[in-house]
Amino acid sequence: VTILLDVAAVERPKADPWRTSVARLFSSPVNAALTLAALALIVFVAWKFVQWSVVDAAWTGGPDACLSRSGACWPFVRANARLMFFGVYPEGALWRPALSLVLMAAVIVASMVPALWGRLLALAWIVTPVVVCGLLAGLFLEPRVSTNAWGGLPLTVLVWMIAYAGAFVLAVPLALARRSQMGGLRSATIAAIELVRGVPMLVTLYVSSFIVPMMLPGVEVNLFVSLEIALILFVASYLAEVVRAGLQALPRGQTEAAYALGLGYWRTTQLILLPQALRAVIPALVNIGIGVLLSTPLVAVIGMTDFLSAVREAASHEQEWPRCYTTAYFVAGLVFFVICFVASRYSRWLEQRLRGARHA
Amino acid sequence: MAPPARAPLCSPMTDLLLPPGQTRLALLRRWWGDHAIAQGAGLIAAAIVLGIATSNIVASMNRLGMAPSLDYLSQPANFDISESLIAYRAGDSYERAILVGLLNTLKLAASGCVLATALGLFLGLARAAGNPLVSKLVEAYVELVRNTPLVLQLFFWIALTHALPSVRQALQPVPGVYLSVRGIYIPWIHVEAGAVWPLAIVIALAVFVVHWVHKRLSRPLTRTEQILVLAVAAGFAAVWILAHGLATSLDKPVLKGFNIGGGLSLTPEFAAMLAGLTVYYSANVSEIVRSGLESVHRGQWEAGRALGFSSLRILQLIALPQAMRVITPLITSTYLDLTKDTTLGVLIGFTEVTAVIKTSANNTGNAIETILVLVAVFLSISLPLSAAINAYNRRLTRRGLVSA
Repeated sequence: VTILLDVAAVERPKADPWRTSVARLFSSPVNAALTLAALALIVFVAWKFVQWSVVDAAWTGGPDACLSRSGACWPFVRANARLMFFGVYPEGALWRPALSLVLMAAVIVASMVPALWGRLLALAWIVTPVVVCGLLAGLFLEPRVSTNAWGGLPLTVLVWMIAYAGAFVLAVPLALARRSQMGGLRSATIAAIELVRGVPMLVTLYVSSFIVPMMLPGVEVNLFVSLEIALILFVASYLAEVVRAGLQALPRGQTEAAYALGLGYWRTTQLILLPQALRAVIPALVNIGIGVLLSTPLVAVIGMTDFLSAVREAASHEQEWPRCYTTAYFVAGLVFFVICFVASRYSRWLEQRLRGARHA
Repeated sequence: MAPPARAPLCSPMTDLLLPPGQTRLALLRRWWGDHAIAQGAGLIAAAIVLGIATSNIVASMNRLGMAPSLDYLSQPANFDISESLIAYRAGDSYERAILVGLLNTLKLAASGCVLATALGLFLGLARAAGNPLVSKLVEAYVELVRNTPLVLQLFFWIALTHALPSVRQALQPVPGVYLSVRGIYIPWIHVEAGAVWPLAIVIALAVFVVHWVHKRLSRPLTRTEQILVLAVAAGFAAVWILAHGLATSLDKPVLKGFNIGGGLSLTPEFAAMLAGLTVYYSANVSEIVRSGLESVHRGQWEAGRALGFSSLRILQLIALPQAMRVITPLITSTYLDLTKDTTLGVLIGFTEVTAVIKTSANNTGNAIETILVLVAVFLSISLPLSAAINAYNRRLTRRGLVSA
């Protein structure tokens, strides 16, 4: 007994985090070598990056200054910012895409605050794309701008927003139908979902650009519209699987208890199943959102000038600004990276929060 | 009610499950579920809408003077394809052109899967190995790769290959490897096919026999036995090669004037696609490997250590086999995604099946049929694979190895 008491009385020495991590870095000769190699790699890459972006970069002047330096060409970004971020949108009406971008960003940021989740936000998701389309097209404004001239970052975000919101609206019934007790409905849904999921997104876009206009003869189908139809169907097939996974993870007792309380199928689904299932899969929904945003550059293949293709277009004016591809791609990559990195960290934070809520 | 007549095709198992008085029709009725009429009406309505859409498409095509048919497949295609695994030149049939594109797609997908798995496995293990700096480094790589568009990465890689020096000033990072604007040249093992195939079959048979004997013995082979088996195999292979003349030789690329001959040459587009897909999907694979290893309980490692196994042996004998349950379905769907993303080749000028079909569609005007051929090609790749993943998952669930 005394021995046990003695052991219990001895306090464990407080681990100094700095010391433990240093110990883990140099725990064995192999580990020490690995640490040093990794350190060397980090220093090398960091130095190369600083060299390219600061030391050897051209900060002022024009194309000549860039040609004489081997690093980044920042004057190119300043000179081409409009083309890169807004595409070929008419110069006099630039406030419209800018305002659109601010509007959409505000709605997206607001959606990241759990306290704001509610009816109002859902309404904002429906209204904003409509308002933005009206703004960009110039519904009550002069000049009218056709969808061909829309471009750059506002177009990318708009394409993403409509595709994601539309797909979400479609995904819930698809997931319910796939889990339905009605065999005919279930089989038809499975066939539709697997069909769309089996085809690459690029092929879906080709199909839409060729087939949608032919399906509706006599109607002038805008490229933007057929593109969004394809994207909504494509994203919905993926979202439906995520929602289904959420529904599947719920214990059977939830449904049985709801039926025992006398709730019907629709009330059970609406009040008991969907709120829990959707809440559980929010991180996965955010991840799909990131995936869709990263896939939006594909819309360039059917002739839309999204952000990445606007950047590429700006860099392709070789006579004016030669050898600026690296700088241009760096800027584009940085914008995508910042958005997606923040979103993925947010998704991780949300996951922790939800896990905490479940254990509480 | 009389018991239902035994249908010729029904198995005894189903019969046992059939409660008395239930016919196949009743089973079908139960499968069909509630709201039988409304459901049927809904499905018929959907079919009608699809039918109208299809007839509209056919009508539009007829109006534009394109009778829907697949006849053009046997007509000559008047375009060149820069790289091909089989003999092809402009003037061959569209069928053959599409086959060339499909083979290019498969070549890219297969080599991409192999390289991405190798690199991803390495990165995943490096991250799990316990050195904090190395795992942070791998994490940074994964974040960087997964938070930028694959398309952008491909643009970067193609710009990099196009910025390589001309053939005469080709870079030589390692002796025998040439990087030039015309392509990447690497050493390759040249194999005389005739003599080697039988040898490979014989060796495979030998491995099988050894495996079988091993199982029958139900004990590991001793060191002497292992050496004996290896010696017999090596001696047999040596005799075979001596008897049948040369079998393999290292084929190194050599710079000759304006050209590089020998070795394995990769076109710049193929090299850029391969690099892009490998880097992008290796990040995915490393995350999958990590989550697989994390799914193995720590107690398994501790028990292994208590039994005196080294870390490598624990990984090989205890951790990886269990992690494979998580890894296998995820990695299969990653391979599927990689195969689908080979279509991005069309953006940087790699002639895979989508690019060929797009060109064919533009040249012939038979856009719809061609696109449908493309859809069919991809469905025939992806549907069996995803069915296999589902079957595997169901099997694991049934055995209680993963939760449903």
